[in-house]
Amino acid sequence: MGTPTYDPIQTVTLGSPANSVTFSSIPATYTDLILVMDATADATADCSLTFNGDSSALYSRTVLDGNGSSATSARSSGGTNIPINYNGALVTTNPIVNTINIMSYANTSVNKTILVRNNSPSLGLALIAGLYRSTSAISSLTLVLSGGHNFATGSKFTLFGVKSA
Amino acid sequence: MSTKTLIQTISVGAGGAASIDFTSIPATFDDLVLELSARNTADTPDAHIAFNGVSTSMADKWLYGNGSAAGSLSNAGIYFEMVRSTYTANVFSSTSIYIPNYRSANYKSVSIETVTENNAAGALMLLDAGLWSNTSAINQITLVPDSGSFAQYSLASLYGIKNS
Repeated sequence: MGTPTYDPIQTVTLGSPANSVTFSSIPATYTDLILVMDATADATADCSLTFNGDSSALYSRTVLDGNGSSATSARSSGGTNIPINYNGALVTTNPIVNTINIMSYANTSVNKTILVRNNSPSLGLALIAGLYRSTSAISSLTLVLSGGHNFATGSKFTLFGVKSA
Repeated sequence: MSTKTLIQTISVGAGGAASIDFTSIPATFDDLVLELSARNTADTPDAHIAFNGVSTSMADKWLYGNGSAAGSLSNAGIYFEMVRSTYTANVFSSTSIYIPNYRSANYKSVSIETVTENNAAGALMLLDAGLWSNTSAINQITLVPDSGSFAQYSLASLYGIKNS
């Protein structure tokens, strides 16, 4: 019988508004990471992701997006972060649900790819493929809202570790 | 410590089932995941979700592709699709429904993925952002075909996830 795995590493539930959420000292003992966020904001705001405190131009993404009436696709490269929503921004009322899969995060032979499901029932949803062009193991990740806006109190972020063997 | 725990599996027997109903969901987890393999006895694909026996105060947005075009639409409900009775035999759709914070006193947002690939036209890939504008904890999840019934061998499994 295989070994069960889908381990919660850390959960952050905001007791007060915050512009950013950081998971640090991520153990290198898993194969993949999954970050689940259930959050609102103090105003309509976009959310972006960086790794290891790195804000150099090593990030890119491709997006498939729907806003409830039309579908679009877009891409960006050479960015200083990965935006993890397109039309589906955070709002003040209905929470967004984002799941972020980070594959082979501790593998120092590969650049890091992520797959994001962005769900904003108010504004739209997207499937985002992202790339962090660094072979460094990911030991921290940070989510930040645009425009100086804050994640609202009660917003919840959970980081899970998944082992492949 | 692994945290994804099987709560219940419902397997549809001969004669089909008008709905799949998970009741008395324990309040001991943080998130829920429902995995569904389904086929309809009718020649329609649509099905919807009810929480705690109600399907009001619900809405969703879809992003979909059908093999020739992509689109997006909105519904006044939380819907997904499954393989129709006329699709390739012995093929079932796959649906994954993620419900974070199902016990919270906030509105409930839901993330859904569905695929109805059947080696023929009419297949669909569907992403769904759903919302239940209700602050009650979820203790019941009901899946209901809009027409027809779940066919024999449809299978639904509900998992609980703990965040710590």
